[in-house]
Formats: sequence, structure tokens, C-alpha cells
Amino acid sequence: MSPQTGPGRAFVFGDNVDTDALAPGVYMKGPIDALAGHCLESLDPGFAASVRLGDIVVGGENFGMGSSREQAAMVLRQLGVAAVIARSFAGLFFRNCLNLGLAPLECPDAGRILAGDLLTVDPVAGRITNRTRSQTYACEPIPAHLLEMVSDGGLIPHLAKKLKTQKRTS
Amino acid sequence: MGHTLAEKIIARAARRDSVRPGEIVTAKVDLSMVHDSSGPRRHKPMLEQLGAKPWDPSRIVVVTDHYVPAFDAESAAILDLTRKWVREEGVDNFYDMEGICHVILPERGHLRPGIFAVGGDSHSPTAGAWGCFMFGIGATEMCGVLVTGEIWLKVPSTHLVRWTGRLGQGLAAKDVMLALCRNLGLGTVKYGVVEYTGSAIAALPMAERMVLTNMAAELGAQTGIIAPDRVTVEALAAVGVSAPDASSWQSDADASYAKVWEFDASVLQPQVAAPHTPENSAPVGDYPDVRIDQCYIGACTGAKLEDLRMAADILRGRKVARHTRLLVAPASQRITAAAAADGTLAVLTEAGAILMPSGCGACAGYGAGVLAEGEVCLSSTARNFKGRMGHPGSKVYLGSAYTVAASAVTGRVTDPRPLLAEKAAA
Ligand code: SF4
Repeated sequence: MSPQTGPGRAFVFGDNVDTDALAPGVYMKGPIDALAGHCLESLDPGFAASVRLGDIVVGGENFGMGSSREQAAMVLRQLGVAAVIARSFAGLFFRNCLNLGLAPLECPDAGRILAGDLLTVDPVAGRITNRTRSQTYACEPIPAHLLEMVSDGGLIPHLAKKLKTQKRTS
Repeated sequence: MGHTLAEKIIARAARRDSVRPGEIVTAKVDLSMVHDSSGPRRHKPMLEQLGAKPWDPSRIVVVTDHYVPAFDAESAAILDLTRKWVREEGVDNFYDMEGICHVILPERGHLRPGIFAVGGDSHSPTAGAWGCFMFGIGATEMCGVLVTGEIWLKVPSTHLVRWTGRLGQGLAAKDVMLALCRNLGLGTVKYGVVEYTGSAIAALPMAERMVLTNMAAELGAQTGIIAPDRVTVEALAAVGVSAPDASSWQSDADASYAKVWEFDASVLQPQVAAPHTPENSAPVGDYPDVRIDQCYIGACTGAKLEDLRMAADILRGRKVARHTRLLVAPASQRITAAAAADGTLAVLTEAGAILMPSGCGACAGYGAGVLAEGEVCLSSTARNFKGRMGHPGSKVYLGSAYTVAASAVTGRVTDPRPLLAEKAAA
């Protein structure tokens, strides 16, 4: 996750977007690129085909509720989504995003963003800029104790780095 | 100021005297559970990439339940990889097609009050019924636990949910939970802990208590928990677990809660949740004319021995309606065996129920029993999100095993109480 992303187009969804909508169970045993093709299709059948690298998904309350399947976050990354903005997140999904290097941004103003708006996000500073509407929104910055992991690109690269230093020092 | 049970377990695992909500701590993991979908098929490549080994195979439990029995080449490959991985890594706690992970853990004696555990599944809070602090995490985070034996968490605040009174005839923990989903909403608890208490909870057997902690996930909680009591201690003894300190794991009388919720169980009516969220629940009487194609008694939260007996209470001497099918997938092999031994299974199959293997089955759309476009299902599972049990154009209603069985008899959403009363009168 780079500190600054965008501009990307906003794809806007409502409250309680669930993990079955993000990563439908029927396709869970297949490879991630096949699963990604069905991402959010129950809410917007055209989403996977039209989303492009750098675009941003926007939700309402409790985004990512439901299952622990982290494929719900992986498919968004697979499709090139740069960040997810929501008024609130389900805790499990929030953790999964951070571990996979996808920025989850909790933003009380998420409701002001409309489909197609061009957004720039700075997850470290906690700032979202809506270029289309010339507005700036504050969002929760990435928690301080996770900054290093997030800037390493997620948990696995972070662990790889740590294990390497451990080996060197031991 | 005292501490809640959850705070005490976290403090113990984080090697601290005490913790307060909002603090960020790193805790040592006593037990980690993964299943075939979230487990080795995902960890193996990550561990290889890191050149790392699991920190302690004796603290890992692996269960195959999502893709069992294999139904095509891909699911067979996932199971095959899982079996090979546990052999290579020396994981002895491996339960292959023996039941659903959340039911296997207590059934095989892996839970003890006071333990701090993580699971590669969102319904891992189920273990809270046994006085454990257990929550669900994704596969990448689980890989971190497998390597380090530790995990960070922000100490959650606790909501106390008290149910006074007693549940009436024909009511079950699922009704309590569906009413809570409506009353609290799916996000209110905001990754806190839900601690259940009160006379109606104390009267429930462990299997029913597990429905409440299991579906704490639906309330948006990090986990659910119930303080151990006599019922817990007896159930632990029954599975051969000695836990002399069990009853010491309690919230302090002056613990501080984010919120206290009070409900009266004696006025609760059977609840049914309409598509496509468990929050969408109402008393069963509010659904006068909903025709059903499939009735499903299954899942970690809806197919324990108690559920099968509830269904048998309704179905004894009755038949499943024409044009409706009733699928029953007991939550574990041991439950199937117990239900066969006490005659419950015979009642179900004589009524026309179709017996399915123990596993997740149709619950999450992984296994057999999924729905076609336009089909309507009434299910004893935990979630009815759009497309979860099959085609996005199918509809899933949720209810207790009593309600599902009663509805299988009529082919429509039906209040189980009159059917039970008829029985009692006969
Ligand atoms: S039965 Fe359903 S809810 Fe339970 S673990 Fe399996 S898929 Fe999840």
C-alpha cells in the first residue's frame, strides 16, 4: 500500500456489504482471478468488468460483514482496487485488508461520495480528496502500530523482513 | 473498577496484570483452529515463502468440513493437500470429515474456560460458550499466528446481554439470536464482546449456548462469551476435560460494560429472518403465506443433537409436505451416531427427511444442497445473505430447527407451537 493513491473512480455501495457478495461461496474453491470475476455481482453485475486499476470502492456502515474469508479483500486487490472507504467496517474484514495491503479507510463523510467521483486518498495522513466535488474528508489514519507492516505491503512481506533480521542477528 | 471475563482472559494471554478496552496488546495464542477452506491450502504457500514452520503443532487443530465429502476434482485436491500437510507438519489434532470445526472443538475436548484462541473462520466465537476468548481471523493473519504464536488486538469493550425469564415451549436459542439481530442490528457492537447472562441463558444446555456465541459474529462482535457455571463444568467432565479453575473465570461484579441490554425470554415468540439478512427478523406469525421449496437443518449453529431432537419432536408421526424437501446434515459424526442410537434419526427419515453428510454442506454454498434461481429455503443456519446458499436469485429464510421442521410439514413458514401442542394433547 503506497502512502498516496489516486486519482481513482468511486464505485459506491450501500450499508452491510457482505463477504458473500464480495467473494461468493460457490466460486471459493477456484483460483483468485476467477473468483474476482464474480466480486460484488449480486449487487452490481457489471462491477468486475468495469473496475480498473486505482479505482476505489465506497460503502456505508459495516462494510465487509460476514465470513472470515480474506478472499473478500483479495478479490478487490486482484481487480486493482486501491482502497476501500466506508462509514464503518466489520472488524474481521478490516484486519484482513491491512494484512493484505489494501487500505480500509473509515470515513464519516463516505456518504458524500457519489458513483464516478474522482478520489485521491492518503491512508497514512488520513485524508481523502474528492476532486470531482472539490471536497476533502478526514478519515481514520492507519493505526500507528501497524504502519510498518502496512508500508511493508502487508503481513507476509513484513514477516519475511522480520525473519530475515532475526536470522542475521541470531 | 473491576474487569469483564473477556478482559481477564486477554490480560492473562498478554502476560499483563490487567487490560482496559482500547489498549493495544500482543497476546500468546493457546489454540489455533483452521479448516480445509481457510487452512493448509492457504498457509502452505505462505509458510514456504517465509521458510517458516508452525510454532507449535500441538496447539493447532485442523478440521475438514467445508468441502466434504469431495464433490469434484478441485474439492478433492483441497482435501488431499490438507491431509498431506498435517502429516508433514506432525499435526495430530486432525479431524477429517468428522464434523464442523466449531462443534468438533468442544466435542473432542479442545476447549477449557480461560483459554485465548483464534480460528480461521468467522464463527470461531462459538467457543465463547465454554468460557474461552476465541475470535475469527483471515488466512494471512493465521499464517502470522502459525509462525509467531502471537497476535495483536485492541482490547474490545464488552456489551452485557441479559435474558431474564425462561424460553417457552417450541422456542430455542436461534429465536433469541434472531431477535437480537433485529434489536441490536448487525453493526452496533462494533467489534466488541457480547457477554450473555440471565436466567434464560443459565437454563440452556451447552449446544444451545453455542448458538448465541456463534452468532455474536452476526452482531458484528469480535466474539461472544458466557461465564462458566455448573452446566459448563458438567459438560467439560462429559468430554473428559478437567478444568479445576473453570468457575474462577467470571466477570467482576463491578466490571464496566459498554452497554447493558435487557430482554424478557418469557414473551419471546419464534422468530424468522426474511432474506437477505439475519437482522430482517420478525415473529413467525408475520409470515402468513411463504411457500418453501427446501427446508435445511444443518450447520454449526443449527444441527446439533438438540436441533435434531427438536425436529423429531415435530416430525414424529408426520410427513414432509409434497413439493417440499427437508435436508438434514448433522453437525458431526458423533451427533449422527447419537441420533441414530436414540431413535431421532429414524423419526426424521420416516418423515421423509434426506440425510446428508456431516459438514458445512449447503450453508455457505460450498457443498451439496444449493439452491436454484427463484427457489425459497428455510434454514436453521446463521446467515441468509444474498446468494449464500446458491444462486443470487434464491431466497433464504432463517429459523430454529422447530420452525424449520414445522414448516417442512406444511410447506410454508409455520409456527411450531400449535404442532407441538397437538402432540401433547394426543
Ligand atoms: S456450517 Fe456454515 S456457518 Fe458453520 S462453519 Fe460451516 S459454513 Fe460456516
